[in-house]
Amino acid sequence: MAATVYSRSGLRSTLLAMFFVALASPALAADPIGQIKTATGSVAIERAGARQPAAAGDRVLQSDVVTTGPDGTVGITFEDNSMMSLGPDSSLALDSFRFDTTTHDGAFDASLRRGTLAVKSGYIVQQGPPGEAMHVRTPAAVLGVRGTEFVVRAEAAR
Amino acid sequence: MIARWLGLLGLIAALGACGGIKDNLVVVVPSADGHVGAVTVTDARGQTVLDQPYAAVTAGRGDTATERVEVTAAQVEAIFGQARAALPQPPVAFRLYFLSDTNQLTPESLIAFEDVFKEIARRPAADTVVTGHTDTVGTDPYNDALALERAKYVRGLLITRGLKPDSITVAARGKRELLVPTPDQTHEPRNRRVEITVR
Repeated sequence: MAATVYSRSGLRSTLLAMFFVALASPALAADPIGQIKTATGSVAIERAGARQPAAAGDRVLQSDVVTTGPDGTVGITFEDNSMMSLGPDSSLALDSFRFDTTTHDGAFDASLRRGTLAVKSGYIVQQGPPGEAMHVRTPAAVLGVRGTEFVVRAEAAR
Repeated sequence: MIARWLGLLGLIAALGACGGIKDNLVVVVPSADGHVGAVTVTDARGQTVLDQPYAAVTAGRGDTATERVEVTAAQVEAIFGQARAALPQPPVAFRLYFLSDTNQLTPESLIAFEDVFKEIARRPAADTVVTGHTDTVGTDPYNDALALERAKYVRGLLITRGLKPDSITVAARGKRELLVPTPDQTHEPRNRRVEITVR
């Protein structure tokens, strides 16, 4: 079987069947959408009403809120290779994330509730309509991401 | 007296670095490769396109409309330095080829395969994505299935070498991302490849 991996004349019907099985497996809400790659000082994830400390290596899920303390910073790489990082005293809600690893179609919405955020966009932005596939919300505006790198600061909530 | 003047100068310098910019701020910054992207900013008043290096808009506390503002690289560093320093290392991809109609890696790819583990060791919390690519012979469903099969085979190689299964994602791009552009239904060995991305 292994020897036939690179044989195009191989088991076409088997491959097709596997493909449709793969299609039939929907992404679950609990699937990780990214992973914390850098963390310094105090970093926490708020998930389903509970707040837990977070460290490099931890996975993040859709609807998580990632927060940093006065001494904290955190950097996350998402499934589409986009990256976000927070400075101290910051809070970022990962509102929704959808990414198809085959077509690169997807959508990514996040909200910076307070603090400072750096963003590098990924495949979702490359594939999607310009400025429409990825959004970052702040208290003052909605940002439509067309590409690569930008930074955002949001006022603290009162 | 001199100390007071020095203190005042320090305050002016600090204001020069951070002052005058309102709370809500968006700045487009050049990437390490010099590429400048773009962001559209939509507020209560309309839409602004930021597509130049250090193009920026700002809004005060409670404001729902933004306005363009001049921002320097030094100001970006002063305000966003800690956030930007926390950005993860960019993902790095390694390309693998197989000897024709076998599951044996080419000699060059054996070296690339070893480089994957060196890259993983350099990172504090690495995960990998194994992506299968095909040439343009056949339909999308056929090539997607073939690409997935190849990616799963390489995932198996990585697991055999000790990587944790839950740190590896497989993906199949089929014929959507050709390394060498060709017409449809074209044999091209250079497009039949597996890429391992370490991130």
